[in-house]
Amino acid sequence: MDSVPSPDPVYLSDTVTRAVKIVITGHFGVGKTTLVNTLSEIRPLHTEEVMTQAGEGIDDLTGTQGKTTTTVAMDFGRLTVSDSLVLYLFGAPGQERFMPLWKDMTQGALGALVLADTRWLDRSFPVMDLLEERGLAYAVAVNHFADSPDVPEEEIREALDLLPETPLVVCDARDRASAFRALIALVQYLLTRTTVQEAV
Amino acid sequence: MSPRKRGKGLVRPYVVTEGRAHPTRNTFDLVTLVIASTDLPLTGLNPEKRRLMELCRGGALSVAEIAGHLALPVSVTKVLLADLVDSGHVTTRAPIPPAQRHDARILEELLDGLRSLS
Repeated sequence: MDSVPSPDPVYLSDTVTRAVKIVITGHFGVGKTTLVNTLSEIRPLHTEEVMTQAGEGIDDLTGTQGKTTTTVAMDFGRLTVSDSLVLYLFGAPGQERFMPLWKDMTQGALGALVLADTRWLDRSFPVMDLLEERGLAYAVAVNHFADSPDVPEEEIREALDLLPETPLVVCDARDRASAFRALIALVQYLLTRTTVQEAV
Repeated sequence: MSPRKRGKGLVRPYVVTEGRAHPTRNTFDLVTLVIASTDLPLTGLNPEKRRLMELCRGGALSVAEIAGHLALPVSVTKVLLADLVDSGHVTTRAPIPPAQRHDARILEELLDGLRSLS
C-alpha cells in the first residue's frame, strides 16, 4: 500500500500511535549531531535547558564552583519506521554535569549508540560508565574521520574494554547508509538480548 | 547587559509557567505524543500556551519536538502541557509502557523499518 504523503513533514502521520527512543552519545566533537542530522526525517531540533542548583537530582556540583546555572543542550531527530511506530534519536553529551538531561533521555530508551573516535578512545569511558550505571544496553560505532588512524577492531575492543557481545561497527556519521548500518547493528543486538532473556 | 542570546522567548521561563518549576502531573516523557483538541477556544490561555496550541493543532508531535519548535526548555514545556491536559486542550499518548519496551515484537518492527529505510 502506498503511503499518502504527509501534508506537512513537521507533523507525525495520523496513523502513528507509538514512540520509542534511542540515545546517540559520545564525547564532545565525536559526531553525535552529524549522525542525528544524517538519519532524521525532519530538520533536527534542538532544545536547551538551564540547570540550576534548585533543579532535581543535582547533588554534585564539583568543578562548577561559582556557577549557579549551566546551559545544557540536546539535538534530536525522528524516523517514522512503520505506519504506527516512530523512533526518536536523542543526541547529547555524556558528561556528568548533564545528568538531569540524561535522566530524561535515557528513561525508557531502548538502548544507546556510543560514537567513538580512534584518536581519543579514552574519552569514551565516562559515557560508557554512565550507560552501564543506568543499565542501558549499547553498541559502539567508531566514527571514521579523515585523520583518524586505522586501528584493528581487536585493539579498539581491548582499549574500550568491551564485552565480547557488544557490537562494534565503523561508520561515517555523514553517510546515510553507513549511519543506518550502525543503528541497525544496535537494534539487532537489542533484539538478541531480548531473545536470550526470554530463553532464560 | 548580558550578551547571551536567550532564543526566541522574550520572558524568563518562570514567567511562562507562572512561577512553577514542576508540572501538575508527572506523566510526560520526551516522546509522549501530544494531540491538540480543535474545538476548545484558546481564549484565556497565556501567550505561550496559545503558541503551543497553534503549533499542535497542525498534527501530533512529541513533547521534545514541541519544546524544540517553541524554543522552550523541556521542563517548561511539560508545565504548560500539564495545564493544557488539565483544561482539556490536549490529550496525550504515552510512550510504549516499560513492560513492552523490551518486547521482541517492537524491536523486530523497528529493525524491519530501519532496514526498509536504509
